[in-house]
Amino acid sequence: MLPCREARQHQRNPAAGGVAVAGAYPRSVLDLSVVEQNSVEYSPLIISEAGVSDYIALLKPRVMSLVVFTAIVGLVIAPGHLHPVLTITSILCIAVGGGAAGALNMWYERDIDALMTRTANRPIPRGRISSSEAAAFGITLAIFSVATLGILVNWLAGALLAFTIFFYAVVYTMWLKRWTAQNIVIGGAAGALPPVVAWAAATGSLAPQPIILFLIIFLWTPPHFWALALFRSDDYARANVPMLPVVAGPDATRLQILLYTIVLVAVAVAPWPLGYFGPAYGITSIVLGAGMLWFSVEVYRHRTGKQATRAARALFKSSLLYLFLLFAVLPLEVAANALIAMVW
Amino acid sequence: MDNEPGQDEEGIVLTDAQKRRRRERSIAIALALGILVVLFFAVTLVKGPAVLIRPM
Repeated sequence: MLPCREARQHQRNPAAGGVAVAGAYPRSVLDLSVVEQNSVEYSPLIISEAGVSDYIALLKPRVMSLVVFTAIVGLVIAPGHLHPVLTITSILCIAVGGGAAGALNMWYERDIDALMTRTANRPIPRGRISSSEAAAFGITLAIFSVATLGILVNWLAGALLAFTIFFYAVVYTMWLKRWTAQNIVIGGAAGALPPVVAWAAATGSLAPQPIILFLIIFLWTPPHFWALALFRSDDYARANVPMLPVVAGPDATRLQILLYTIVLVAVAVAPWPLGYFGPAYGITSIVLGAGMLWFSVEVYRHRTGKQATRAARALFKSSLLYLFLLFAVLPLEVAANALIAMVW
Repeated sequence: MDNEPGQDEEGIVLTDAQKRRRRERSIAIALALGILVVLFFAVTLVKGPAVLIRPM
């Protein structure tokens, strides 16, 4: 859907590729009174050409896939038995809630999205969906996902999902992102909550295990996004977003990446000796942690030229693989334990 | 009633692309509502009388 003013111009000139609207504007706009001009300005006669794929893009499908994956891990490792229908309901609600947060994020960030090459193709800056449509879409999905999870599963999970959406859309997007270089450090809490929501959905309570999963994603977020910010710093600078490489410089960012990675690896390994997760997880976390550390050391070492960019890109990609494999081993361990219990 | 000068009796005329996209959106909304209805029905069957007992 075109922005109002632009759409009006198109409507007035269908021959120029605009929308064919017959009789929408009876007289020249210049002939109208101020009140009439205003009513024309905000005329509802704008025809949306947004397709289903545009609305799906608003949900940030790639982020959603990570949300769903971590939530599934939270559900699988939770004790007890949740009926498959309730399991599917929980995953669906968490996915839609995550998508709602993404839509609200795109609605609020439409101005800076248009300035950044990474985000310029999103539906709002491209003019496929209007900002009000995106806001309405996000709010509707947020309400439905929270209410459905609360009514059908339990209200602790519903409340946690509501908090997750609020934290991402309001605390991170509206407040932190344009205000502080620590934006993604604090804002990372939103992305870390899905396994906690899932655990709450399965058990109706909280426990150390989901908090550990929360901490792992929370500490993983800064190295992951700062690696991205290192090779996209021009984008962020153009949009006036105070990402750490823009505010403190790339070298300070490299040091922070290394420090956060050290803490992340330590926290990720700790659940094994503490007895929360098993040896398969423990060994995997050590091996993957060594890889993560190696990539972050490479980022710290290579500070100029193509090598620096290559190192940052490698860390960005490998950090995704790190989180995926670290979490993937948990349900496998649960399945293996269940199998061993059955055989013995 | 007579139309204003320049006003067409047909009113707004959608292009084929707009009609196609509107239909796609309508089907997507119908599917989403259908899924919601099936979900609530399925959970009602699963929970039985306990559907009214919702832990806080």
